[in-house]
Amino acid sequence: MIPSFKEYDIAVVGGGLVGAAIGYGLARLGQRVALLDDSDAAIRASRANFALVWVQSKGFGYTPYAHWTVRSSNSWADFSALLREETGLDTAFQRPGGFHLALSEEELERRAAYIDQLQSQSPDFPYRVEILDRSKVASMLPEIGPDVVGGSYCELDGHCNSLRLYRVLLKATAKYGGKYLASHRVEAITYKNRAFRLSTSAGEVHAGKVVLAAGNANMRLAPMVGLEAPMRPERGQIMVTERVMPFLRHPVVTIRQTDEGTVMIGDSKEEGTTPDGLNLSISAVMASRAIRMFPLLGRLNVVRMWAGVRVMTADGFPIYDQSETCPGAFVACCHSGVTLAANHALTLAPMIAAGRLDAEVVGAFSARRFHVSKAA
Amino acid sequence: MNGAPVFENTYDVAVVGAGPAGLAAGATAAKAGLTTIVLDENPAPGGQIYRAITTTPVRREEILGEDYWDGQKLIQEFQSSGAQLVSGATVWSISRALEINVSQGGQTHLINARWIILATGAQERPFPIPGWTLPGVMTAGGAQTLLKASGLVPSGRVILAGTGPLLWLLAAQILRAGGDITAILDTTPLENYVRALRQLPGFLLSPYFAKGLRLLTEVRRKTRVIKGVTKLEAQGKDKLAEVLFATGSQPATRMAADLLLLHQGVVPNVNLAMSIGIDHRWDELQLCWVPVLDQYGNSSVPGIAIAGDGAGISGALAAAERGRLAAYAAVKALKPEALSHLPAEQILLQALAKAQAGRAFLDTLYQPPKHFRIPEKNETLVCRCEEVTAGQIREMVALGCEGPNQLKSFLRCGMGPCQGRLCGLTATEMIAAERNVSPQQVGYYRLRPPIKPIQLAEIAAMPQSETAVKAVVRG
Amino acid sequence: MFRRLPETSAATVTVSIDGADVQVRAGDTVAAALLAAGVHPYRASTVSGAPRAPYCMMGVCFECLVTVDGVGNRQGCLIPVREGMRIETQHGKREAHR
Repeated sequence: MIPSFKEYDIAVVGGGLVGAAIGYGLARLGQRVALLDDSDAAIRASRANFALVWVQSKGFGYTPYAHWTVRSSNSWADFSALLREETGLDTAFQRPGGFHLALSEEELERRAAYIDQLQSQSPDFPYRVEILDRSKVASMLPEIGPDVVGGSYCELDGHCNSLRLYRVLLKATAKYGGKYLASHRVEAITYKNRAFRLSTSAGEVHAGKVVLAAGNANMRLAPMVGLEAPMRPERGQIMVTERVMPFLRHPVVTIRQTDEGTVMIGDSKEEGTTPDGLNLSISAVMASRAIRMFPLLGRLNVVRMWAGVRVMTADGFPIYDQSETCPGAFVACCHSGVTLAANHALTLAPMIAAGRLDAEVVGAFSARRFHVSKAA
Repeated sequence: MNGAPVFENTYDVAVVGAGPAGLAAGATAAKAGLTTIVLDENPAPGGQIYRAITTTPVRREEILGEDYWDGQKLIQEFQSSGAQLVSGATVWSISRALEINVSQGGQTHLINARWIILATGAQERPFPIPGWTLPGVMTAGGAQTLLKASGLVPSGRVILAGTGPLLWLLAAQILRAGGDITAILDTTPLENYVRALRQLPGFLLSPYFAKGLRLLTEVRRKTRVIKGVTKLEAQGKDKLAEVLFATGSQPATRMAADLLLLHQGVVPNVNLAMSIGIDHRWDELQLCWVPVLDQYGNSSVPGIAIAGDGAGISGALAAAERGRLAAYAAVKALKPEALSHLPAEQILLQALAKAQAGRAFLDTLYQPPKHFRIPEKNETLVCRCEEVTAGQIREMVALGCEGPNQLKSFLRCGMGPCQGRLCGLTATEMIAAERNVSPQQVGYYRLRPPIKPIQLAEIAAMPQSETAVKAVVRG
Repeated sequence: MFRRLPETSAATVTVSIDGADVQVRAGDTVAAALLAAGVHPYRASTVSGAPRAPYCMMGVCFECLVTVDGVGNRQGCLIPVREGMRIETQHGKREAHR
């Protein structure tokens, strides 16, 4: 029996937001792209996220990440406009500035100290975060409750409709001939004759290049192509309410109102690597803090709750790498697939298409850094 | 009931739903001496089939019929059993550790049980025709509820449309009560009659046969019935004005209407069971998801059983028998010495088999046709809450979307307050049809608590452990 | 669309519907009372504002949503009317403070 396989210029492993953004970026450059995705019921960070396009706090302990984040935040508006042109659909990107709210003096002090340390990391730290007192916060967020003592604010913080972003990226990729192959879970990758063979749950796929964008699964896949991606998945819970008339213009890191009017409330950081089961005690804590921040939330009905598994590298910063033993293999994983989508589509994808990651731009995110710090 | 109900911390048996299955299960468990609570979201017991049986203003028994009033026996059995009933109580979450979160009077209570019997029954199968969201279009069950609970009868230009025993029962009840029916548009596919012939011998012996025949004859005498309807649309600007329909390949006709009552069978209400992670399978005859159960109704989650139409559509009599069997299994597990108070297992199994006789015939005859389960016109709404059309779903499947959960992410289909109850079956069947695979393979929405929307303040008032606080409050 | 059977009890309670006092039958649910009173439009959808009305009358469809005593998005088909109840129909998304 002659084995049948499909052949592409690039196989992107992982059909979530990172894979979809990279896949779109590649497809619009004329690459024949296949986006290989897991099954319908698979664990997907791209379905569970909070949809923030967030700058504040990024790069704590690693300034290059702050630069990379600001670059993406500044490209997002153009990225969104481009996608609207391609598909007629709006990702609802807004950058009104965002908050981190404190419910006690102690919380505010901790936050202020954190921000202070963050911004002192480098003389040209790329973004500013202000610590605001209660009255200033109240002037911008009129609905805050009496327990809010203040917060931190960054004018570069924003959000989008991340599920729409996901749909838009797939639609735009298809427009350029890219193929979204669901239920093609990649089990093994071999490099032979300067090309890659991927065995998937739905048959074999051949490609000249491969991009691993499979989130936490990159840890399993990376060694197959001479790369490494140390990950430590982390569980979190979110809940969402029914649709409400707009009342919250600025996203708060744990509360945001979507363009549909629903209010998302997060989030937790838990042991656990599956999204199964809900810890209602955690829901209770999230709910009570949210109500203390915005009392009007109390009477709203929660329509859905879910748990997701965050894509977390070992140090929390992205990993972008290209393989030396298997040229043409790349790995891309990060926590902030929404924030970095603009970079992934417009900066990273062209590098991958050209066959070389630009060390000046993304060299800081190579996995080699894990060995450097071990040696130190 | 005066004052707030008292919830104990733990019960031997907790039953969710006070329809025939829940009432029978609760009564049986309580009579065996198990502490039993029945939690029902409605203001009064009876579920759907015996809705308002303790309060109905429709006292002339011939209107609702003897099958309805039979329910009084079950109510009496329950009331004398010692089981506790809490009405207006919405169970919104059950864990595999048998912890129940129930919302009652604006507050959530946590109840532990040693055994749980889910008796949440059935709901109407979605009937996605063009215009089905217009005011003036309702389900047959909805009209039946208005009759039973409020003594309201359809009046004006009223059309009933669809297939299934309930459609005929409702028609009879409306006409007996003096209500108006302009026409009944019967969508039973003519080929179903041929297919059902094989099941006919079994059906002839069942109690439903004579009753069903009498009902059909009664209704046909009093109102116009149009058979073989293959096309159906509700039309109007901001409410129903006309019903468009056609039979076979005839050109379509328009009929002015104020009220269109739709029905094409009932399906198990799976949200609570699925949110617990109970295994389900697709039933090719009943065209719906049914839980995988043993002969007692025990599910794949230890300590949780399902009884009634929620276990598989079989009607009210079978529901009660399933309730008794599920309670029997609970007694067997928790207090086997009390089994002597209950009928023997064999008796219960036989009673169930008897109540289910003839089911295959009804399921075959009234199996709704594909073109009314899967909308043909792209503009037809599939998800009412989020206003997602059939065309949008087809477009996503063409892009490569293979399952209902990805579909949900891309289109918000299933994300509204009804949590997929009115769109889930359609979405699964549409994807299956477009991909040419079975619904079993396609799967269903991943359902989680809360299975009914719950106020944030109620969630906030639940216990907060120290680890939970640490997981949330961080830098 | 509906008329009341003559044998139905005449006991009523007074509720307000969108600010106007109305006598409704004691024992009816809010949704049934609104339908009996011929309230139209019952609701406007939260997505497009399209007119909607109760569909299933059994707590499954969420079309019967009303504001009861100042609390929005209550399922009208599950709430019995009560003397002095304030019922308001909803048009579009829920208001932030109600």
